[in-house]
Order: sequence, then C-alpha cells, then structure tokens
Amino acid sequence: MSFLSLTDADRAAMLATVGVETVEELFRDIPEAVRLRAPLALDPALTEAQLAAHLAELASRNTHTGDELSFLGYGVYDHYSPAVIDVLLARGEFLTAYTPYQPEMSQGVLQAIFEYQTAICELTGLAVSNASGYDGCTVAADACFLAAHHTGRSKVVVAETLHPMVREVVATFAPGFGMEVVTVPASGGVVDGAAWAAACEGAACAIFQTPNVFGILEDGPALAAAANACEALPVAHVDLLSLGVLEAPGAYGCALAIGEGQSAGIPMSFGGPHFGFMAARADLVRRMPGRIVGETLDSESKRAFVLTLQTREQHIRREKATSNMTTNQTLIALAGWVTLCWYGPQGLRELGELLMGLSAEVAIKAKAAGYELAFPGTTTFKEVALRVPGGGSAEEVARKARALGVNPGVPLGHDFAGLADVLLVAVTEKRTPDDIAELAEVIGQCS
Amino acid sequence: MQLIYEKSVPGRRAGTVPAYAGLAKPAVPAGLGRAAAPRLPEIAEPDLVRHITALANRNFGIDTGFYPLGSCTMKHNPRLNERAANLPGFANIHPAQSEESVQGALELMWRLQEILREVTGLDAVSLQPAAGSQGELTGLLVMRAYFADRGEDELRREIVIPDTAHGTNPASVVMAGYEVVGIKTDARGNVDVDDLRAKVGPRTAGLMITNPSTLGLFEENIHEIEQIMHGAGALMYYDGANLNAVCGVSRPGDMGFDVVHINLHKTFSQPHGGGGPGGGPIAVRGLLDPFLPKPQIVRDGEGAGAFYRLDRDRPKSIGKVRGWTGPFGVFVRSYAFIRRYGPGLREMSEAAVLNANYMLARLRDAYDVPYDRLCMHEFVISARTLKKEHGVTATDVAKRLMDFGYHPPTVYFPLVVPEALMIEPTESEAKETLDAFCDAMLEIAREAASDPAAAKAAPLTRPVRRLDEVLAAKRLVLRYAFADHPDLAAERAAASA
Repeated sequence: MSFLSLTDADRAAMLATVGVETVEELFRDIPEAVRLRAPLALDPALTEAQLAAHLAELASRNTHTGDELSFLGYGVYDHYSPAVIDVLLARGEFLTAYTPYQPEMSQGVLQAIFEYQTAICELTGLAVSNASGYDGCTVAADACFLAAHHTGRSKVVVAETLHPMVREVVATFAPGFGMEVVTVPASGGVVDGAAWAAACEGAACAIFQTPNVFGILEDGPALAAAANACEALPVAHVDLLSLGVLEAPGAYGCALAIGEGQSAGIPMSFGGPHFGFMAARADLVRRMPGRIVGETLDSESKRAFVLTLQTREQHIRREKATSNMTTNQTLIALAGWVTLCWYGPQGLRELGELLMGLSAEVAIKAKAAGYELAFPGTTTFKEVALRVPGGGSAEEVARKARALGVNPGVPLGHDFAGLADVLLVAVTEKRTPDDIAELAEVIGQCS
Repeated sequence: MQLIYEKSVPGRRAGTVPAYAGLAKPAVPAGLGRAAAPRLPEIAEPDLVRHITALANRNFGIDTGFYPLGSCTMKHNPRLNERAANLPGFANIHPAQSEESVQGALELMWRLQEILREVTGLDAVSLQPAAGSQGELTGLLVMRAYFADRGEDELRREIVIPDTAHGTNPASVVMAGYEVVGIKTDARGNVDVDDLRAKVGPRTAGLMITNPSTLGLFEENIHEIEQIMHGAGALMYYDGANLNAVCGVSRPGDMGFDVVHINLHKTFSQPHGGGGPGGGPIAVRGLLDPFLPKPQIVRDGEGAGAFYRLDRDRPKSIGKVRGWTGPFGVFVRSYAFIRRYGPGLREMSEAAVLNANYMLARLRDAYDVPYDRLCMHEFVISARTLKKEHGVTATDVAKRLMDFGYHPPTVYFPLVVPEALMIEPTESEAKETLDAFCDAMLEIAREAASDPAAAKAAPLTRPVRRLDEVLAAKRLVLRYAFADHPDLAAERAAASA
C-alpha cells in the first residue's frame, strides 16, 4: 500500500519496543463480541492509475458547463474562477494544515483569515466577521441562534423571497433552538412590506435576501427599518459580488449580513464545498459563532495573529458555547477572498454593472421571444424570472431546450406554488450577449 | 509581513471584466446603490501571487512535516484526489441539473454511502452534514424526531456525555434542545459504569461517546454500556472523530451504536485546509432511517440499467441541514482515498495503532502516563511532573517542539488530564519520523531539568515568538481599519513606559 511506510522489519522492531508479539495484540482491549472477524466487504484496492481511470469514467457521465450553454443559478452560479486562486489551493501549507490552534506555526493562514474578515467587513459595512460558516443556508440558522440569545425572543421572521433552501434549513434547526418560524409572503416578487412590518413585532430576527431568490432587488433599507422599529435584528442575505454596486447592509441598519460565498469564484461542484459568511454589528461580537482571528503582539512586540474570543467556543465553553462549530470552510473562504482581491473595488463595481446589464439583456431578448418578466417593474441583478408564453410549463421548456444544447434555467414550480410557468434564468460574466441571443432563440422555439 | 491592504495602491488591479458595446446599463434604484466603495485591496496580479506565496511560507502543513495533533488525524492527503475533484465533470456541474445529467456524481455518492454503511456496520447513511459538529447536531435531531414519532420527546430530555468528550458534544446537545448530563471517567480511563447506571433513566434520550475515547483508549465496558442504554429505551450516538483506530477491526454498529458521524476530513483524508472544508455524514440503524435529512440518494435497478436519483419523498425526515446534497467535492476526495485501500482499510488502522503504541512506549519513562494501558491510534501523556519539578508546562513543551521542526500535539485536552499532551501520529508516518520526534520529546524533557529557560523562551525559529493571547482577547482588533488602525506595539510601549 503506497500510503503506508512501515516495513516488516519496522513492524517487528516496533512491536518489540511495545512489548507485544503481534499487531493483533494491540487490540486486546476490544471485547471479542464487538470484533469484526471478516474482511470489510469492499471492492478491492485500486492503483492510482486505475482509480484515475475510474473517476474519469464517473465524471464523464455528468454533463458539465463545457457541454451545454447553461443559465442555471438559483443560489449556485457558474462564475469565473480566477486562475490565481490555484496558487492558494495548491500550496500544501494551506491545503494540509489544521485549524490554526498553534499560532506560531500558522501565521500564514491566520493573517489570510484576518484579511478575509477585513474584506467581508468592508463589503457588508459591518464591524466583525467570523472565519466562515458552512454555507449560505447554515449561516441563516446561525443567525437565528445568535438572535435568540441576544434578544431573549423566540420568533424568526423569514421572507418568502429568501431562497427556499435557506428557509428549509432554518426550519430544521429552529425547533432545537426553541424557535418558531414565520414566513412573510411575497407580493409582485418582493417582500410584502406591510406583512413584514407586522411579523417583525416580537421577533428575534428578520431575514430577507437581496437580490432575492427571483434576482430582484428588495427595498433593504425599508425592511431593515421595519425590523429595527420592533427591536428585531435585521439580517440581510446578500451576494458578495453585488456589493460593488449595491449598498452595504451595515450602512442601512442591518445587524447581521450573511450569505453564500460561492459566487466569489468557487467551483459549483454539485453544491459544495462552498462557504457561508457572517458579519455583525460590533455589539454582537461575543455571540458570534465559529472562529474569529484577531491581531496581537509576540513577546518582541512584532505584529501577529491568533484565534481569539475562544471563550465563546465549544472547546472552552462546552454546553454554554455560542455554537458547536469547529471545522468550517477556511480554504474555500480564502479562495473567495483571493477572487475579491483579484477584482479589487473597481473590478467588483464593473462586474456588478455587467451582471445587471446582462440580466436586463435577458429580459429584452426574452420579451422578443414571447416571454414576459414574471414580476414586472422590478430591477434585477443577475437572475431574471420569465413567464412562459400562454402559461406553458417551464419544466417542459427546460426539457426541450436541453435537448438543443441550452440549459435555460431553473423552473420554479417545484418550490413555488403558482409559478409552474416561471423559469429563473441566471447570467454570469461567462455568458455573452450572443449567448443570451441564443438562449432567447432556443426558448422561443420551445414554448 | 505587510497586510495586503497595506500593499494597496489606488488604480492597480488584477482581474478585468468584459465590456459590451450597446449593453444596457440599468440604474440601481434610489437609495439602494453603493455610496462608498468597499476598500478591497488594489493590487496587480504579480504581487497578489507573491502575497499568497509569502503567507504560505509562514504556514505549516502535513506536507511540511510531522503534525501529530491529537484527535485531528493529520494524515497524508493524496494529490490524485485534488486532481479528481477538479475534473470538469465534477467541479463544473450544477446541483439543479436533471438527474439524468449527473448520473456519475450520484453514483459516486451512492457508492460512498454503501462504503460507509459497511465500515460503520449500520443500515442507512446521509451524506448531507457539512462537518463533524453538524453531523452531531443532525444525529441528535434524528434521535429527537424518532422519539417524537413515538410520543416520547417530551419525556426524554437528557443526553449523557462522559467528561472526556469533545466540547462539540455538549454544544450540539444544547443546540438540539436537549440537556447535558455528565458522566465520570473511572480509574482505567473507561466510562464509570456505576455513574452511568445511576444517571440513566426514563428521561434519557441517549448517550454520546467517542470510542476509542479522547484518551485514546477503547471503552472496555462497551457491552455493559449498551445494555444500560438500550435497556432504558435510549439511543447510542458514536462520535466518529476517532474512527481511524478501528476501520475493519470493530464497527460502531456491532458495538451497539444507533447513530454515527464520520469525519471525512479525518479518517478519509479530505484535506483540512487550515480549518475546512470537511464532511460529516451520519450512518444510522434502520429504525432511524425514515428521519434522515432529505433528499437521500437512492438507486433503482442494478447493473447497466441502474438509475441513481434523489428521493425527496420522505415525510418523516427532519428536513435539510445544509444546501443541496452535501459537500460533493469532499465526497470525491474521500471516495478516492477509500478506493486506494479497499478492504485494506484495516491495515491503515493497524498502522495508526502500532505507530501510536510505539511512540507511547518510547515516551512513557520521560512523561507521566495517566492511564497505563495499550493505546489505540492516539495517546495522552502529561507534563505534570515536568511542571512540578522544573516549571515546564505542556505549553512550553509544545512551543519547544516547534524549534525541532514539528507541529505540536494537542495540549490541555482532554480536560480530565492535567498538562495533557495528546499525540496522534496517524498511519502515514515512517518509523524514522516517529523516532526523531520521540528523540526531540526526550531531549525536551532532559532540557527541562538542565535548562528550563530554553522551553520557556521557545519558539525561536518561527516567524513570530510566543504570542500574547490575552491581549488579543482584551484589545479586540478583528479587522484592518486603514487610517484608524491601532498600533499595538506603540500602545504596549506607552503602557510600559
């Protein structure tokens, strides 16, 4: 076995030092009744070359973005991954390190996380960021746990225009936190403001998404103000790539900003691993879940970085911890941070403008093909909800279009009652105006 | 070294964005547009690459050297696995694609489920949880759903946990809405069975333990524990953090456990990445299958006609615990790792256990050994005597090891052992590496007597000397603040002047 180093001679010498005759004897504390006496029923070992061929064969049975023109989005996007992230991902010092418990060994990853936290704070306009959460769904549950402890309240308000998967994850965990979830319906593709304000009464937190699940910009400042008026924590679920053109949630009164970081150049990878991010107001720092890196000094007054506020964490506080999180998504979050550095402030603004322009182009071209905006009068960021002409099935359009080499988007009928004729089309900077013209032509034929 | 923000020069950039003539430029509605640009760094690509490289040079991974961090299973990460995860057919597939268009991905996940069933000796697997801690929380919610289904949720409110447990266990219990009941450890390092018997009753929902425990010891009374728990109608949860000791040797399902989480980033070599990503699938006994997260990956038919699909029609499911179907890239790496071993996973665990016992045998005379037994894949020794006689603590030993070129072991855990040093070599290491590390440990123990100041002053060879962690927690500096950034060195100088 090529991953093991011990020779027969090594084994004999080591057993002699231990003072036993056989490897089997090392397991003598395991009662006979719970021993496995047959070999594991697994397929035989493969050589590296055999395994490479096997994995390539499995991969070949997946249709990837190089095989079709894809407009799928709905929370995971085919954004460009800058080649420079490979510099980070391929370095064994990052890839094969553990959580930086021993800071003198881990200044590289600690400084990188500190720089990541700075980028998240700048983009969201908030004071503190943790080192990442699992994904854009679980950070919403984290926000609920934080809010319950901060406010002593037990109601969570979520907008219907918050991605259904995020709402599902909140619904899974909320009962364990002793919380109930109230969903505020949408009206015309955005949160119903009056219902939102009413629901916020007595809530621990209120979570909205902008751009929302339909790609539409919500009136974030109004939603945050309504939550603040009830002393419920306003939580914005945002797209990092939108924050070059859209206002920072912290600047309009949000207590927390959370979201899915996959947009920042992370491969789609069938849904993960991606990373969730979470930023908060300064007064919430001691309730933040997960790892946080802080600056300090070494014994010679040199600047250094270290995991800090560990008294919040499970290995110190145990049942009184602010969360159970240990392993998070550090490497992926740092890859996202490299992408953000690669764009810089000017690049991020231009990217945001491009995405808004391309999404508008989708609406224009689709209209010519007979598809109307599902929610007219709204502004979109990088996704557009289109209504199939004549109330036709979006599922059917997607099926026919795929046969023509275009994956036109996500039919929304599964997750939204009454939207069986709505197709959610996503663009990224990898799609061109010509691609959009082709999309329009194909869906025009398929309706 | 400078922060990237300190290297920023206005007007520089790396990535560029295409511009299309004639493309609409929609206005952001009033009040929603960005007022002040985010202060991301402005840096050209060559210097961005150098910055990342300089950071890497200030970090230590398994690729750099020996990293015997107990309970973390710092084993070799084969590079084929990285290459495989980056194949376009794996990296560039979207989770909302049709099942027909992702048969290879679904088959890989289904095969991984089957492997984990066999390794754990249990009936059903959910790959969804994002990491070990999330696996714990998921498993506990599955247990709650099971008891709720039986009308016992209001009665069974307690989870019993030994005092050696990982901190995640009690934290997860609280997040699941349960109460923690602590159990003592006996003189041999096992769960104190009398204490357990006294504390288990009609209010008990379950037990959470790690086996081998965080002391690196196999729970000798596992059969009696199983009788007590199941006799009370409670369930048994297995924290799989230490599964690397027993693959192919003993299976949690055969020990009587009902729920297990598996840390793919420990036992099955998903690289740790400086703190993630990980993977925390859970395996359960059949009676808990209906409550697993949805969707589940199932196979219809066999052989050439097999079709893999996502089963969302699971009315008793606890729901979703994260987005989509789990960290697929992690599944690719762990599946690849396991396929290199096949049934030889047993040899992996045997090598891990032999390596640990060899080190323990070499170190036992120089350090305190709190429980004098053969160990499993890791062991705990103590610097208690070094501290008492020479003032050299577990922290000092850890920092001094850095000057010998090693990452230190886990220190001060488990909590039941004072001045604990928890050492896990894994199966990856050669005898020469273990010998050199043990030589360093013995030298440090000798030096503690002859020159205790040396350990106190360590490390001398890292990019920074020993850190002031109290300052970090008191004077919170959690982001770069540009012109307003504090100068901690100047503050310290002023304070001491």
